[in-house]
Order: sequence, then C-alpha cells, then structure tokens
Amino acid sequence: MAIRWRDYQVKGYHDELIKGGGRARDGARGLCTYLRKLSDTDIQERKAAADLAIHVMGVTFTVYSQEGGSIDRAWPFDIVPRVITKHEWDRIEAGLRQRVKALNLFINDIYHKQQIVKDRVFPAEVLADSRNFREQCVGVKPPLGIWAHICGSDLVRDKDGTVYVLEDNLRVPSGVSYMLENRLVMKRVFPELFEDYSILPVDDYPSQLYDTLAALSPRQRKRPEVVVLTPGIYNSAYFEHAYLAQQMGAELVEGRDLVVDDDDCVYMRTVEGLSRVDVIYRRIDDLFLDPEAFDPNSMLGVPGLLRAWKSGKVALANAPGAGVADDKVVYAYVPAMIKYYLGEDAIIPNVPTYVCMDKQQRDHVIANLDKLIVKPANESGGYGMLVGPQATQREREKFARLIRRDPRNYIAQPLLTLSTAPTLVDSHVEPRHLDLRPFILSGQQTYVTTGGLTRVALRKGSTVVNSSQGGGSKDTWIVDTEAS
Amino acid sequence: MLSRVAENIYWMARYIERAEDVARLINVNMNLQLDLPKKVRTGWQPLIDITGSTKLFAELHDNSDERTVVRFLMGEQQNPGSIISALIQARENARTIRDIIPREAWEQVNDLYLKAKNDVQSGLSQRGRYDYLRSIILGAQTITGQLAGTMTHDHGYDFLRIGRNLERADMTTRIIDVRTATLLPERLGDLAPFENIQWMSVLKSLTGYQMYRRQMQVRVNRADVLEFLFKDAQFPRTLRHCVGEVEDCLRHLPRSDELRKTTAQIQETLESLDTSKFDETKLHKMLDKFQLTLGDLHNQISTTYFSLERKPPAKAKSAESGSGKAKKSA
Repeated sequence: MAIRWRDYQVKGYHDELIKGGGRARDGARGLCTYLRKLSDTDIQERKAAADLAIHVMGVTFTVYSQEGGSIDRAWPFDIVPRVITKHEWDRIEAGLRQRVKALNLFINDIYHKQQIVKDRVFPAEVLADSRNFREQCVGVKPPLGIWAHICGSDLVRDKDGTVYVLEDNLRVPSGVSYMLENRLVMKRVFPELFEDYSILPVDDYPSQLYDTLAALSPRQRKRPEVVVLTPGIYNSAYFEHAYLAQQMGAELVEGRDLVVDDDDCVYMRTVEGLSRVDVIYRRIDDLFLDPEAFDPNSMLGVPGLLRAWKSGKVALANAPGAGVADDKVVYAYVPAMIKYYLGEDAIIPNVPTYVCMDKQQRDHVIANLDKLIVKPANESGGYGMLVGPQATQREREKFARLIRRDPRNYIAQPLLTLSTAPTLVDSHVEPRHLDLRPFILSGQQTYVTTGGLTRVALRKGSTVVNSSQGGGSKDTWIVDTEAS
Repeated sequence: MLSRVAENIYWMARYIERAEDVARLINVNMNLQLDLPKKVRTGWQPLIDITGSTKLFAELHDNSDERTVVRFLMGEQQNPGSIISALIQARENARTIRDIIPREAWEQVNDLYLKAKNDVQSGLSQRGRYDYLRSIILGAQTITGQLAGTMTHDHGYDFLRIGRNLERADMTTRIIDVRTATLLPERLGDLAPFENIQWMSVLKSLTGYQMYRRQMQVRVNRADVLEFLFKDAQFPRTLRHCVGEVEDCLRHLPRSDELRKTTAQIQETLESLDTSKFDETKLHKMLDKFQLTLGDLHNQISTTYFSLERKPPAKAKSAESGSGKAKKSA
C-alpha cells in the first residue's frame, strides 16, 4: 500500500489533514481512508488523469523567460485536497467580511475627509509616502462608496493552529480561476469522493462576480455592458482574464479595443462600429490604465479612461487608487481600522508586524534580522524578501542597509511555521507548506468564496508558494461534517 | 463583436484550414511520386515553390530531398507555412478568444497542436507519414465540426467561415498547381495513362474523387476535373463553393455592400472560364491570378472590419503589415 499515514511526519507543524500518530482530523477522515486504500498504480493513474485534464483544459500560467519571450507552463496541481471544516470556515468567512468592510471604509475615508488621520489612528506620514495613493482620485465618489470590489486576502496557519491574515490584495488579485479549475479537475479524477462527501460548491463565483460588477453600471439597463480589461495574452494571468470573461459572458477587451470619445463615454470597437461600455473589470495596474492621467508611455491603457470614470460615465473595478490599502505598512494598521470604523475586534488576527518607519521597531528589526522575515511594502509575488533564518550574513547586512536607507518601504514579521498538508511525491505523500487565498466580493452584498485557492510550496521545506517560484496548488474543500 | 476578436476568429479558422491543407498538399505529392515511373519523377522542390517559400527554403537548406522538404512543410517552426507553425498560430489566436469559442473546441485546438508536435518524428518517416497526415486532417475536421455544432452561429461564426473558405480556396488552387508543376513532357505517348492517374490523385487528396464521379459521371480527365474544381457549386472544396460561402456570410454582416460586389465579380469570372482551353502554363498563370484575387478580397475584409478607427481608415494599407501573420505570397 502506497500511503501509510502512520509514517507521515507532522512534528513541529500543524498539518491540515493529519493530527499525528497517523490520525485524520475532523472532516478529513473519509478522504484519508480512501487514499490509504489506493495502490501505487491507482495513485499514478489518478495523477496521470489530473495531469491530462489540466493539459487538455489548457490551464496554464505564463512565465517570462530570459530571452524576452514568454512560455506557458501547465499549472502544477497536487491531487490531495486540503480540507477545512465548515464550522471553522464560518468564522474565517465572518472575519474576512469584517476586514474588507473596514478596508473599503478606510479607502473611501482616505480619498475624502481623512478622518482616521485627523483622529491620529493612522499616521499621516505613512500616507504621505504611499506609493499607491493616487492624488487623481481625491474627492471621487464611486458607486456605493466601494473601492475594492474584488479582494484576495492571503491566510496562513501557524504551528499552534491559529489562522492569520498575511496580506490583502486590493489591486488586481489573481488566482480565482485556478480555484475553479482545480475543482473541475478533482471532479474528473475523484468523482466517487464527491458522492460520499458533503463538499461545498465553489462554482458560483463567476455569477456572483457578474452581479457585483453589473450593479455598478451608470446606466439602468437589464444587461449592462460589462467588459474585462486585460493587458493581453502575454500577461501571466491572461488565462484567468479570458476564463472569467467567458464564464461571465462578458467581452474580454484590451486597451486598443476601447476608446473614450468627446462625450466622456467609453466605447469598444466592434464589427458594427463603436459600442458603449458600462462597467470595466480591469486587470491592469493603476499606472497603466490611462496614459493621459498616469504613465504617458503605457501602451496597455486607454487615453481618457480616468476622465470617463471621474465623470461617472463608466465604472471601474477595482476603483483606481484602491491599492492605497494594499501596502504592507498599511496592513499593520488594519486591526486598528477595524476597531476605528466598526468598533469591533478583528476576528482574524494580523501576523505581528514591525513597521520599520518607527525608530524603536526598526532597531528591533535590525537587531533580530536572523529571526525575522523582511518584506518590501509594495512588492508582490514573493519578490525582494529576506527570510532571515535562511539568509547569509551578507544578505542580512544588505537588508540592514536597505532598511536604514528607506525605512518606510519595509516591514518585518516573525517567521511563522506555515501549516502543511500531505502532498504527493512519487507514489507516497510528504508534508508541504501551504497558504490560502480566499476572494471577497463587495457590492450591494458581500460574497466570500467557499474556501479559496490553496497554494502549496512543492519544494521540500520551502514556504514560498508563488507559482512563479515553484509553487503549485490544491483543491480546497470546505466540508460540512454535520451534513455527511 | 469586437473587431479584434473577429480578426482572431478569422485567423484561427484560416490557420486550422491551412494545417489541414498543407497535410493534403504533402499527401498529393506523395501519391504522385508513387504513381509516376521513376525516370520522370519531379521530386519535392515544386511543393516549396507552390507554397511561396522558395527563398526561405534556400536560406535554410541545401538540398530539396524528400525528407528535408517534408520536414520543412510539416515540422519546421522557422517556416511560417508549416503545419506546426499554422497550429501554433491557430492556438495563439484561439487562446485570445477563449471567451468566444466553446471550451471543447479550444481543448481540441490545443490537443491537435500538442499531438502534431509530439508525433512529428513519426510523421517524418515514410511509414508513419500517412497516419500522421491523416490525424492532422481529421483533427482539423473535428474542430470544424465541433464549431459548426456547438458555436453560436452569430457574426463570429461568419468570420470563422470566411477565414476557412478563403484559405481553402487559396489552398485548392495550390493543390491543383502541384499537378501543373509535375508536368510530364508533352506527347510522351507511353506516359499518357499516367496523366489521368495524376488527376485522380489530386481529387483524392481533396477527398473529391467520389464526389467527382457522382457529380460529373465521367471518367477522370483533365478538363472535367478542372471544370469540377473550379465551378462545381456543391462540393465544399471547389473555388466556386468557397467563394459562395464567403458571399453567404457577408450577407449576414453589416456594411458589406462593397465586399459583395467583389465576390460577385469573382463568381462571374469563374463562371466564364473555359477550362478545356488551358494548357499547363496557362493554368498555372490562372491559378496565380486567383491567389492574388483572393488576397485582395482578404485586404478588403480586413479594412472593413478589422482595422476600425475613429477616423476613416487610410487607403492602400498593406493588409497584414505588422500583424506577424503574413500569408505566404504566391
């Protein structure tokens, strides 16, 4: 027999499926029993079936190669799912709703009265140095007062089992299509498990996304013209842009398909002529959106788009400037925001965070670089980080200099021991570290995905889960143990 | 429908059709070579000339033996007209319109590309070649059938059919041209029987032999084969039929009056041809002329629907400039 849970080592970690001594956690029992019964051949067959499904479905992500070209890689997928009980998930979901609500209130406040700064809950100098604050957005009133319609928050679990929010992605978070595709793959590969288990569905996301976007339309129409704006097929998340457009029945447009006319309305070029657009789900960063308002060299954007948005002739999701709250320094203040705007304690805690801008905290960080993770405030994708305990003395010295030179740009966090889940290696399983990215939609209602995208570091011992750096993913099951 | 999307659908269809037709082209030459007596075999160079890649081929290769030519047409990525290049382009175009075409069709395009790439070695061997070409042709036909059966027949589908039929018409002229290029010495008494066998090969490579027999009810001979391939309205690979399909699609599309004048003109020209009067040289010239006419029709479609500007489009713009999808020239 290929998988022996008794031999599976979970010492020092919190494992998502196994408690130790080979015993399965609540919600994972049926799964573990099922896996234990598979022979080597069975496992290889399931793995091959999953690979084939991904291959045939063309699930890819794009990696830029040295030669300047780009290549498509098949999405690395692990067939052992990650399981969370509905009971635990309910609490996480409530925490995410609370968090995103506070974040939207914060962004709206920042572009209007800045009451939170006046009340000294949020430091003015953090705002002053924010790279994602957009002056052009001051005073703008987007529909419903919501700026971040789509948010992807990264959750991690430490060795004691506590779930933390690691960061909030409020600009153009990606990954949701892989969550949806992973489920399709699993249904093709393990149909029998879905019969026995009460696994909550995830398929609703595209229609929820469409409803969220359609509600923003400046024109009252039964079916407003919603489009997805992509940088094009060479973007690493292009697969997702096309996928979501298709699932929503929306046009997938590029900047060159759109034109802002003298009436400040946005039109797309069609075989019939020009046709008006109501809502743009944009997957292009702020600075590339509109060469007239931001980077004049942008080839991806649409000249005049910001003007059209400000005059209320078109809705943009996420709103330009929403990224002001997507900053690892601002992150440190989210629990304070929740308290300030909602009068509540944060349901899901932040990872304790040292803000290097503060002298006392900075000194502590520099003195303890061998124990901490240092992250730049505005990078994503795991770039530009220092993992103190694994770094060389030289790297640590380099970061000490970087931090002193630009303290506003760095935060530090203790190294969490990310939780693990059994992951297939040849024909047996080994623990691999993972995180979870749920997606939260904010509009007239708030919607949280059931589970989210579980990203797993496929390299032994690694905690870097980004797909651009050797990460893969797993299907995420929210299991209703009371219903099964 | 977005102009850019219409253009991508159009090119996807063209490239899928191109992959299929290059496979047919290799097939016909392979059969011709087998049918001819050894001393008069014309070899493989004519295929290079017919696909308009003489210069490129000369840059890449020193000799035009069977294996080199077949690899050039089948698997060489530097040749934009090879089966593999066509499928790469088809897939790239399909990728950008995944929100328009049915998911299964995308999977099939992807699948055909992967299969064509993985099996190319066996396609190069003489024994594996027939199966390889057959699987390309079948794969392309599967996509065509899938799209016919599952894609909404809206404007997008019209552009798909236009692309497919323009490419098919063009490639039919080239497949006929293979025959003119493998011209036998005139009045070579003892070789005469081979001429008709060769025309039979042309028909078979277009899957048109059976249909020819039913339609024309005469034995295979040059004049009748040409009459059939130029003028028959019903067989789906004839010039007349392909241009008719384009015309039919244009009828559904907005702003198509000028374009329909052009297609009507082409149909008239086809109608008035007296195929019995063509000798091989004249036929070759005729085919060249048709390729140019089809190229002009493409340009006109492109200006009308694809390069839509707020200002009226500039005239005399070369059709595929900068698109990286340049059609091989005749």
